[in-house]
Amino acid sequence: MATTTTTVPSAGPVAGSRPFLSRLREGDEIARMITFLFAASVVLVTLLLVFVLWQGSVLPRHKFGFNFFRTSVWDPIFNQFGALPFIYGTLVTAAVSLLIAVPLGIGAAIFLAELAPARVSDTLEFFIDLLAAVPSVIYGVLGVFVVVPLMRSYIQPALKNTLGFLPLFMGPTYGIGFLTAGVVLAIMVIPYIISVSREVLLSVPRDQREAALSLGATRWESTWKVVVPFARPGIFGSIFLALARALGETMAVTMVIGNTPAISASLFSPGYSIAAVIANELTEATSNLHYQSLIELGLVLFLLTFILNGLARLLIVATSRRGAGVGNA
Amino acid sequence: MKRIAGMLLVVLAVAGVLWADSALSITGAGATFPYPMYSKWFDEYRKKNANLEINYQSIGSGGGIKQITEGTVDFGASDGPMNDDQLNAFQDKHGFGILHFPTVLGADVPAYNIPGVSGELNFTQEAIAGIFLGKITKWNDPAIAGVNKSVSLPANDIVVVHRSEGSGTTYIWTDYLSKISDEWKTKVGKGASVNWPVGLGAKGNEGVAGMIKQTPNSFGYIELIYAIQNNMPYGRVKNSSGAFIKADLASVTAAAAAAAKNMPDDFRVSITDAPGKTAYPISSFTWLLVPAKFSNATKRDAIKGFVKWMLADGQNYTQALSYAKLPKEVVAKEMKALNNVQ
Repeated sequence: MATTTTTVPSAGPVAGSRPFLSRLREGDEIARMITFLFAASVVLVTLLLVFVLWQGSVLPRHKFGFNFFRTSVWDPIFNQFGALPFIYGTLVTAAVSLLIAVPLGIGAAIFLAELAPARVSDTLEFFIDLLAAVPSVIYGVLGVFVVVPLMRSYIQPALKNTLGFLPLFMGPTYGIGFLTAGVVLAIMVIPYIISVSREVLLSVPRDQREAALSLGATRWESTWKVVVPFARPGIFGSIFLALARALGETMAVTMVIGNTPAISASLFSPGYSIAAVIANELTEATSNLHYQSLIELGLVLFLLTFILNGLARLLIVATSRRGAGVGNA
Repeated sequence: MKRIAGMLLVVLAVAGVLWADSALSITGAGATFPYPMYSKWFDEYRKKNANLEINYQSIGSGGGIKQITEGTVDFGASDGPMNDDQLNAFQDKHGFGILHFPTVLGADVPAYNIPGVSGELNFTQEAIAGIFLGKITKWNDPAIAGVNKSVSLPANDIVVVHRSEGSGTTYIWTDYLSKISDEWKTKVGKGASVNWPVGLGAKGNEGVAGMIKQTPNSFGYIELIYAIQNNMPYGRVKNSSGAFIKADLASVTAAAAAAAKNMPDDFRVSITDAPGKTAYPISSFTWLLVPAKFSNATKRDAIKGFVKWMLADGQNYTQALSYAKLPKEVVAKEMKALNNVQ
């Protein structure tokens, strides 16, 4: 017994060669089975979710088919349901939020991990984790009472005066709409990007920095050309986490987006997102078709997240190969 | 000392279990608008009937209709009456019908924020329908300015605000619009959520009220109780007799009294645009949904007992919570209808 237990720590791959019963007795097999069950439950829950959404949306799937994705009328009274404005609103607000949050978040993470003194970094990290734990309805309130008036009185008129020739910044300035929803989402997801990216940057081996510095690189060159590329997969991971949160956010978005199922090129226009319309209408959906169309929207959001996550993985694979190439050269 | 405390706890727990076991528990679910009233009633009724516990979940009218149809609750509640399809669905599933019992009244009021205008504005049917259809877009449109001669209205664009989530408040508003405008009836219709021709959606009465307060030149509708409790200014609405009426508890009850004369036996009646000189036109009942047959006689008697009390003594609690109470004629008719619950 004593000899086998001493080999266990280094025997990970060898474990399979020992008889099943002895592995069971030593607990390896039990641990393996239990942890397998835990891992399998994730897959199971995902499949169950798809199954429930699929089963729950029979009526609209049969009635509208692919038109559900192509039409933009959402009329619970005359039973016309099209998902396009909601898909559009979800994608636009998520894109705006990432456009703002990614540079800010990664910049802050680089400062905290590479440039700031450890004490400053740890203190700020505490506040950032705190921000990540604030319930979204609080961000919604912040949006309604702070961001919306600022947008209406200052930011939107300023954008209109300077960049008003772009279709993105035309039309009346209500203060609410795609842009405001994107800004509030950005405030919400920045803590995620900073927190995860900082951890990843901190875990880059010291050797990497020292090697760069010893080759004559400046502090910034070693950070930007060595540490950040090394940490790239992890940083992307933080962005995808932020994207997932932005796509699925309900409360804060519905409070500032204007809740109007319309597609408009202008970021000042009111819009709607998938998560927001489900939360708004599900409780009072009295007709089956209306109810099931909302469930189908849930399925659409799931698909959207699935596709974007898939694309994200591809992006990681593609860029990390490029990163490896740079490293070799 | 610790031991005594521990024993006391055990005794209390056992007593609690026994006591809870002897109490009859009735569950209901549905409308959110009358929830403060209902929870007050259940509370007061519990004081008189210690053995009866009524649990009510305010999950929304749609959820209430769904749950009572599926039979997962003992009674439902809704801000809009069930439609014929829903009644048939219930009948098909259970083999008996479901009855509507009006409990209290609610109303919607038009609220606005026009810089420089502080007085109460008058609104005609044409003005309200025109604004919500997107045909009247400026505050100084003759349809609005014509009945507000003492106020100078600006030539600004009207920003329409409506509820974003499905709600009984929206049901009342769209029901009213469907009655006063044929175009609204055919293009938009009535319901808890509709396809709005114009406007921004805000969540909840507080969301609409907040957006109106924040947005210059805005116009929207809010629930009367919310407006009263938050001292929101709101406008007068022209009723079917041609008078401009300000919504308050009396003018809402007057609308119900005017409609009571033609009350159908199943109480599924809309009292928007009601006749009567003092009737406020954007008013509505809210209903309890009670199955016509119970397999459990104790439950049936308990529910009937509660409804009877609610119609009599219960109505005295309405004013304190700013709900308009039922007119006498409706109460009398409901008392009779209670006999149909078997």
